[in-house]
Parts: sequence; C-alpha cells; structure tokens
Amino acid sequence: MNVNPTIVAHLGLIFVVFNMLVLSAAFMVWLERKVCAYIQDRVGPNRVGFEGSLQPFADVIKLMFKEELRPQAADRLLFVIAPIISACAAFAAFSVIPFGTETTLFGLLEEPIPLQVTDVNVAILVIFAIASMGVYGIVLAGWSSNSKYSLLGALRSSAQMISYELSYALALAAVIMLAGSLSLREIVMDQEGYWFGFIPRWYLFLQPVGFVIYMIAGVAETNRAPFDFPEAEQELVAGYHTEYSSMSFALFFLAEYVNMVTVSAVATSLYLGGWLGPFLPDWLQWVYFLIKVFLLLFFYVWMRWTLPRYRYDQLMEFGWKWLFPAAVLNLFATAALVLWLG
Amino acid sequence: MEAVAFYIFAAIAVVASLLVVGQRNPMYSVMLLIASFGALAGLYVLLDAPFTAVTQIIIYAGAIMVLFLFVVMLLNVEREDSATSVATMVGPTGMKLGAGLSVLLAIEVVWALSRLGESHFGHDAETVNISSVARIGQALFTQHAFAFEATSILILVAMVGAVVLARRER
Repeated sequence: MNVNPTIVAHLGLIFVVFNMLVLSAAFMVWLERKVCAYIQDRVGPNRVGFEGSLQPFADVIKLMFKEELRPQAADRLLFVIAPIISACAAFAAFSVIPFGTETTLFGLLEEPIPLQVTDVNVAILVIFAIASMGVYGIVLAGWSSNSKYSLLGALRSSAQMISYELSYALALAAVIMLAGSLSLREIVMDQEGYWFGFIPRWYLFLQPVGFVIYMIAGVAETNRAPFDFPEAEQELVAGYHTEYSSMSFALFFLAEYVNMVTVSAVATSLYLGGWLGPFLPDWLQWVYFLIKVFLLLFFYVWMRWTLPRYRYDQLMEFGWKWLFPAAVLNLFATAALVLWLG
Repeated sequence: MEAVAFYIFAAIAVVASLLVVGQRNPMYSVMLLIASFGALAGLYVLLDAPFTAVTQIIIYAGAIMVLFLFVVMLLNVEREDSATSVATMVGPTGMKLGAGLSVLLAIEVVWALSRLGESHFGHDAETVNISSVARIGQALFTQHAFAFEATSILILVAMVGAVVLARRER
C-alpha cells in the first residue's frame, strides 16, 4: 500500500497539537497552584514528582475513579452532552492557529507543510464561531442540572461572554484592518521585520489600546478572576458545573484551561508576532511561540491571584460603558489611520 | 469524497430539521436546529464559500440560537401538551390559510426543482472570487448599499422597540 507522507505528517501534526493542548492544560493547573502558593507565601504541591509537577496527573487518576453522579431531576441526554460540547469547542478552536514556519521535517516530505492543523482564509472568524459554540456547553450544563446554582451560573456566564465578545471582536477587527487579511498565518507574516533595526514590527506597538482591550475581554471570555462570576464560590457554590463530578467535571476543567491557552495563542499571533523571533533558525522558531504564549498565561495566573473579584453589576457596567466604547473608538482611529497612510 | 460529505451533511440537515418540528421538548428542538444549521454550514464549505459558512455559524447557530435557548430556558416551558389537536388550536380560518400556504409552497418547490438543470455554477475565477471577504464587502457597500442601510434601520427599530417594551413593565 502506498501511503502519502504528507497525509501522515498532517495526522501526526493533529496528534501532536491535541496532546500538547492536554499537556499544557495539566501544566497550567500545576503552574496555577504553584504561583498561587508563592503569592500567598505557601509552598504549594511538592509531593508527587519534581516540585509536585506530576500533581495534575495524580488528580486526573483520582477523578477517574470517582463516582459519576447525576441529579435525578436532571435532563439525562443534555447533562451528558454539555461537557462534551465544552471540551470539543475548546480543542477545535486551536486548529486554525499557526505556531511555526513551513517545514519539510528535515527533507522527509517533498512539499513543506505549515506547522498548523489547517490554514483557513477566514481563521479569525472560525475562532469566533467555535467560541460561540462553547457557550452552549455552559448553558446546557446549567439548565440540564436542574439546580438553581447551576442555572444562575450558566446565565451569568453566557451574559458575560456575549457582552465581552463584542469588545473582543472589535479589538480583533482593528488588527484585521491593519493586516488586510483574516488568515492568522498572513497576519503573523505581516509582522516580520524591524522598525529602526531593533523594534520588532509587532501589532502590539501599533495597537496598544486594542491589545489591552483584547486581554481584558479575553479574561472575561475564559471566565477567570477577576471576572469569574459564573463560579463565584461564595454565591453560587461552583456555578454551572456544581452538579458535575468525576470525568465530566474534569472535561469542563480541561476546557477552561484549553480556552485560556487558545486566547493566549491568538493574542500571540495577532499582537506579538506569533512564532517570529531573532537568532533561532527557521525550524526552531516555534520555541518563540511557546515562550510568548507561556508569558501571557503566566500573566493570567498572576492576575487571578492578585486581583479580587468584581461585583456583577460592575462587570456589566465596565464591559458596556467603558470597554465597548473604547473598542469602537480604537476601531475608528485605526480605520482613519489606515486610510490616511494608505 | 465530496459527494459522500455532501450526503452526510444533507442527511443531517434534513433529519435534524424534521426532528425540530416533531420534537415535544422545546429544549431539544433548539439543539436540533443548531445541528441543522451546522450541517448547512458544512454544505457551504463544500460550495467553496467558507465565509458564508462561518457567518452562518456565528450569526444563526451562535447568536440567534443562544437567544432562543434563553427564552426557552427562562420561560421554563415544559413539554408541549399533546392533547390539543392542531385543528382546535388554529380554528377553521387558520386551517384554510394554512392549506393555501402549503399549496403555494408545493408549487414553489416544483418550480424550483424544474429549473434545477438551467443554472450552472462553474468553478471559474468569477465564482471563486465571490466567496472572498473583500468582494462580499465591496458588493455590500456599493451595489447593495441601499438594502444594507435599510436592513440596519430595520434592526435599529426592532432594538428600540424591544427596549421600550422592556421598560414599560417596570
């Protein structure tokens, strides 16, 4: 049988990306607990593996052996489907993100393949579409559990995601205008080179306001502190996944961390020049991508353990009265500049 | 390969749409409608129109269906009562109107199917370009500028109306 090496390489790529996402979620759980511990002057997990680095795996094994509980009044089918929708949406969004230059895998392939699962020419819109599917996982989980805490958590979460999606989209629209393309690969390639020989041509320097708006909206989109109302413990027990246990709870947990990785990866591609960086040869450039994504993720963790939670009305007021107008003004200013400078 | 994908998506779209109508639980109806929209998006991708496919997901499956879901969830509609028959629900005038409309629909379907052979969608440069975002944007703001603006005013009116209705209840 004649096997096409390009197809094998693509399948391999999908396999690698999927496993890297799962691993990065595990790494994030460990990082979060460690950073949190140091910020609170504790030691954190340090028993399983080096400095507790195997703790997430121990947790997963423990979760697997837990009993799968389901409330009697729950809607069976939707209760089972909800975490699956959440996890699938989280993984699918990463498929359009490029993380390196084209490679032939040291001459193994005749045609070079890009380090990216698929290069769609409407990549940014695909990420949006998939993110909007993720809302269903949360809403269905809240509704089908038939518990007031779950329902309130789901309502909050979806209202928050819908509100902040606007600012998020407008911040991205400004970048799309600058690059003149919706493909993430083309947007990254557009940031190649330097101004005055040393400042990288990243969109971060052209779009500082847009970057800040994107990062804030990204925190709200991923339901993290200081915007973690959907699971505000003091008010809602655990929000939309109150009634979930064992692996279905783990799926929600996984989806949350994978979403964080995706938001950071999109920010890296749009504002921080993706995989581009100095000194390293082309085939190693994905290292820069990993470093940039890691720094953004660290920033998220740092923020979570530094800032207290807002109040829900403050969140809505901030989103609609400050962030949204700022995003609109940013978009207009960018449009005017692009027209003026051609 | 493409034909197989077409039949899979088409089957999902048709079966899901039929189940939307046949379903007694409104929550399941909403979810099946989303599945149907997703399958339609798949068909658009097969037609080399990724932009249309993605907007279909963002606007219909994403935004509008979330709204549907909220309404169903918050009204907490239980299963529809199966006791009342359609005839008692709509009355004699409604039955006549419905019959007239279904005849009209049947005629339209037959007409559309009879013209199926006449249209031809080639894969020439012209049709490929139509799916590009830039081309859609240009056509929207030049050729169809009036229709575009009229639609925005319509949506604005609906929004203002919704706000007015919501405020009156206080």
